[in-house]
Amino acid sequence: MNAINKPEKQALARTVLELDVNNHAGVMSHVVGLFSRRAYNVEGILCMPVGDGVSSRIWLMVGEDIRLDQMVKQVEKLEDVLAVRRHGAEHQVFERLEEFFR
Amino acid sequence: MPRPTTETLTGAQIVVRLLERQGVRTLSGIPGGAILPIYDALSQSSLIHHVLARHEQGAGFIAQGMARASGEVAVCMASSGPGATNLLTAIADAKLDSIPMLAITGQVPTPMIGTDAFQEVDTYGLSIPITKHNFLVGSAQELLDIIPRAFRLAASGRPGPVLVDIPKDVQNQAVEISEWPAPGVADPVLAAPAELIEHAAAMINAAARPILYLGGGVVHSGASELAVALAEKASLPTVMTLMALGAMPVDHSLSLGMLGMHGARCTNFALDECDLLIALGARFDDRATGKVAAFCPQAKIIHIDIDCSELDKIKTAHVGICGDVAAVLRQLAPQVGAQLRAPWLSRVAVLKAEHPLRLPGVDDARTPYGLIRAVADGLDEFGDQAIVATDVGQHQMWVAQAYPLRRPRQWLTSGGLGTMGFGLPAAIGASLAQPERTVVCFSGDGSILMNVQEFATAAEEDVNVKVVLMNNASLGLVFQQQTMFYGERIFASKFKGVPDFVKVAEGFGWRTLDLDLTDDPRAALRRALALRGPMLIHASIDMREQVLPMVAPGASNKDMIGG
Ligand SMILES: Cc1ncc(C[n+]2csc(CCOP(=O)(O)OP(=O)(O)O)c2C)c(N)n1
Repeated sequence: MNAINKPEKQALARTVLELDVNNHAGVMSHVVGLFSRRAYNVEGILCMPVGDGVSSRIWLMVGEDIRLDQMVKQVEKLEDVLAVRRHGAEHQVFERLEEFFR
Repeated sequence: MPRPTTETLTGAQIVVRLLERQGVRTLSGIPGGAILPIYDALSQSSLIHHVLARHEQGAGFIAQGMARASGEVAVCMASSGPGATNLLTAIADAKLDSIPMLAITGQVPTPMIGTDAFQEVDTYGLSIPITKHNFLVGSAQELLDIIPRAFRLAASGRPGPVLVDIPKDVQNQAVEISEWPAPGVADPVLAAPAELIEHAAAMINAAARPILYLGGGVVHSGASELAVALAEKASLPTVMTLMALGAMPVDHSLSLGMLGMHGARCTNFALDECDLLIALGARFDDRATGKVAAFCPQAKIIHIDIDCSELDKIKTAHVGICGDVAAVLRQLAPQVGAQLRAPWLSRVAVLKAEHPLRLPGVDDARTPYGLIRAVADGLDEFGDQAIVATDVGQHQMWVAQAYPLRRPRQWLTSGGLGTMGFGLPAAIGASLAQPERTVVCFSGDGSILMNVQEFATAAEEDVNVKVVLMNNASLGLVFQQQTMFYGERIFASKFKGVPDFVKVAEGFGWRTLDLDLTDDPRAALRRALALRGPMLIHASIDMREQVLPMVAPGASNKDMIGG
């Protein structure tokens, strides 16, 4: 882990990723596994079903390191991921949550 | 009598019917408690021939052999727990080499999942990182969607392995079926953006020293002929990765053979001088590129790959085209001008003359290169009707360098994962898929033992597989690396006890030939290769023989040792 923590620490900027996914038991594992097996730390995760519950939305807060473009392409390749959108760190979704972490 | 509109079938019967409807006629596996309902249903199929492997890894590689030789999705099966874990290496291997495969595993009954039931492992979780996609089936009804989808996914885009884990209660669950889904087939390929094609064509037309770089994707997309035609039209010297060997006949005047760690000096030198690298279905693997920063330092890059995540992954492309290689080549070729490129071709000819691939001993059938050529000569006039499989090690690289590969899908080797034990079961699978061809498997005395139990499967199926065992009484490639890079501290790579492989094979019911005991190895080989059925050909090799040239791991391809 050490070797990988370095770029992680240097990475100041954060990115928020918004994923539309199929809603079933294995999806979270597929998505998070992509990051964990590259020792790419996910700082924040949120997931809720949308609409009729056939699909869900996952929000990820990740460090903006040089591997991010590659990560996004890998996420897009997952069969259960329907769409990926990138937002800046200022996106409200995690900001508003912060009061639960005080 | 009108046809019944509905039938009541169990999940297991549905699986078998869907496999039949997909056109599956041969599959491999090993039964066990959690997959017995499917095996019971399989026993009633008159269409599907089940090949009983002797280890699930063998079953996985048999399926891979079928898939690699045919290009079609191949199926293997295993029970839960140890059956599934034994399959994992073959699945991971298929993932790295983009081989379309469907693995079906039995799982403990749904209510028992998560209770550490007998032979329960989290097959779904274990297989996530090594499959293209995987499923844990929740009901028999879902199978109607999942099985065709699994075939579609395995075959579409960049091919790969898909795993379907089916709990035993789902296999036993009966449902009424009134309509069958269409078999899953590969998604159609999309056209690439015209402006990217134009841009790429302009770069090729303007280049002074272009090189065409073929990867395994060329074979997967059936684009070999198109790639060779492009090379001929535009006079493009052509290099191949380990996975692409056979895409262009090795004796084609434009072929520079394999690039990278064990490529010829002329090949890596030409890459060093090129001003444009046209990568087709290749992924800039470290064994091919050496130190990336020093790979093709002067070149602009055109990268064409069906997997968009490969573009810019290792090397940033000047033009990256996400698309099927064959489809893109069809669009691209008409815009590429015919050229003679005399100065560049003559420069390449000079490099070839000054730094050729050296094959010492090629005329002596008792040396590695000589043996490989003698096998090729003994097979048929051109040696290209046969299928050539290998295990992993020195023998693999010697064959990659010296066997006259001339045909896509002629060559089956574990490239990405480099799995010892791949060769024998993959050869069995290839022979099952194409029984009219002789399949030769070059192996080492280390690798062969990793799936030696499949000698039994081969004998039972009476496949036309010839194992050429290059016995150097060592883990040769490890021995070579310790010799070259670890101060000759040879450790754990020399065998103190070497089995009598001829007797071992005979014990499994194989015919054998010990080349060490023949006066005329070439004649003996010709006779042996002409016999149908499994045959072990044993040849002793000097332990100190090396694969050269060699680029040290992490070094630049320019810095080759030896050769
Ligand atoms: C399953 C597996 N374990 C270990 C290795 C590492 N390894 C690569 S080549 C090699 C030696 C292969 O020996 P052998 O099959 O006798 O072939 P040779 O190199 O002697 O031709 C080893 C141990 C591997 N590639 N695969």
